[in-house]
Amino acid sequence: MPITFEKVDYSYQPNTPFEHQALQDINLTIADNSFTALIGHTGSGKSTLIQQMNALLKPSSGVVRVNNREIRPDTNNKDLKPLRKQVGMVFQFPENQLFEETVKKDIMFGPLNFGMSEAEAEEEAIRLITEVGLDESLLERSPFELSGGQMRRVAIAGVLASKPDILILDEPTSGLDPKGRQQIMDLVAHLHENEHKTIILVTHQMEDVTKYADRVIVMDGGRVAKTGTPKEIFNDVDWLKTHHLDLPKTTQFAATLQAQGFQFPEGLPLDEMALAQAISQQISPKGASDHG
Amino acid sequence: MDKFIFGRYIPGDSWVHRMDPRSKMLLSFFFIFMIFFANNLLSYGLVFVVLFLAIMMARVSVGFLLKGLKPLLWLMVFTVLIQVFFGAGGEVYWSWWTLQITHDGLISAAFILLRFLAIIMMSTILTLTTKPLQIADGVESLLKPLKVIHFPVETLALMLSLALRFVPTLMDEAQKIMDAQRARGVDFGSGGIKQQVKTVVPLLIPLFMNAFNRAEDIATAMDARGYRDGKNRTKYRELIWQRRDTISSLIFVLSGIILFLIRN
Ligand SMILES: Nc1ncnc2c1ncn2[C@@H]1O[C@H](COP(=O)(O)OP(=O)(O)OP(=O)(O)O)[C@@H](O)[C@H]1O
Ligand SMILES: [Mg+2]
Repeated sequence: MPITFEKVDYSYQPNTPFEHQALQDINLTIADNSFTALIGHTGSGKSTLIQQMNALLKPSSGVVRVNNREIRPDTNNKDLKPLRKQVGMVFQFPENQLFEETVKKDIMFGPLNFGMSEAEAEEEAIRLITEVGLDESLLERSPFELSGGQMRRVAIAGVLASKPDILILDEPTSGLDPKGRQQIMDLVAHLHENEHKTIILVTHQMEDVTKYADRVIVMDGGRVAKTGTPKEIFNDVDWLKTHHLDLPKTTQFAATLQAQGFQFPEGLPLDEMALAQAISQQISPKGASDHG
Repeated sequence: MDKFIFGRYIPGDSWVHRMDPRSKMLLSFFFIFMIFFANNLLSYGLVFVVLFLAIMMARVSVGFLLKGLKPLLWLMVFTVLIQVFFGAGGEVYWSWWTLQITHDGLISAAFILLRFLAIIMMSTILTLTTKPLQIADGVESLLKPLKVIHFPVETLALMLSLALRFVPTLMDEAQKIMDAQRARGVDFGSGGIKQQVKTVVPLLIPLFMNAFNRAEDIATAMDARGYRDGKNRTKYRELIWQRRDTISSLIFVLSGIILFLIRN
């Protein structure tokens, strides 16, 4: 079942001088098994948007539907557990959520809350620790003895342990080194391709958007400014600029070439392969004299 | 955290916003002192005139101030009820066992309610119009005389400003951790006592871990920049007593004198 937003508004601290409308008239559909990237300038409402999807925040007006479960302004706070079990949420700096004595207990915390049996939760913990790329020997260690990158993976394992169908990640790679980033993104790609989870990724890394996402939602000032495939989004260079968004490096390079007279009839390339091909076609012996 | 209006600063540039924090604090104390001397309708009237003057000069909405009363609502209700049922004297309207409602009891309950309202609203005006750091500076400046008896005024002021500075940060962090644990199936504030106590652990442990880490970072950063305790440090933000502070003080003192004349 897809996720849909219908005319959703959201205000923080309504009816106070601090009132701030963070979402305005959001209408969206996110298909099952899709990989959606959510991008936008800082403060554009990305984190606010994703928190509507597991009812951590409820719309001030409008409806959110997740797997046919409706979330409305007056939705009761009770029995949200089934929803939160289906929608796994990896927050920014998720390592801050660790608290148990051992890594294993922490991974088992979510599943046990959602009513999974002790034995099953333990099985999940053992399976997941290797899936997120850590050694099984860490299971009995305290999470506070681990490195930042290791802690983050434990936290992600803790979310995956509840077996969500939908996985939402809010800038999961921020603050990691390039290798750590790559490992996290590989894990996310694996979950999408092999376990067919619906992925919603909030990110500022445009390279990750082109590489993994099949759909992009651009937020600006609390509104959905645009949706489309990565190709559609990144070919509108001027539009991106007015919305304070970067291009992926490859596309940026291609855009510079285009300004100098190169042509990209199939649109600006998104990855190195496509870029190399497009260039080599134009600097073939005949074209070489044209462009020096 | 949405309901937390008591103790928050709203930026502005009203007369009260621009007053010296020291005069604001002193006048707030003076006002509270005044309230306790009010004992009849006329003197309470005067207290509220002063209060409304302050509200106007601070340019905050009364509705907003009333919201600030919410967290203390139960305390007020409780105190007033005690007065209503246990206050003695005058005509008895109703009695049962040791409880009774009397004329004097009702009057004193009403006065207590008015006192509560006035005190809370005035302190809310103080915090709404004064940055936490200004309050810390003000406290430091007011406590300076205690240095004579070797009271560590500067250390205390530093502790106070650090604490005030990090209250909002810690609240934000608590909110984030709660959200993360909610997403993992924790139900804060529901179920029996035992269950609720259990939900405190996943909140407090990460909160304390972060707070300790942060405290260490701050200590390191302060060391690195050569902070030494107890030296006569100069101030980046100087407190300056202005004409508006003198005028405000005069108004309050004058009201104080009038109050003494009109009370019974
Ligand atoms: N608890 C809150 N109270 C009031 N306003 C808030 C709160 N949280 C966020 N906001 C405001 O709502 C707006 C959207 O915030 P949000 O966190 O959703 O942005 P974001 O797109 O996730 O930004 P970033 O890329 O920096 O994470 C911002 O203007 C922010 O200041
Ligand atoms: Mg965010």
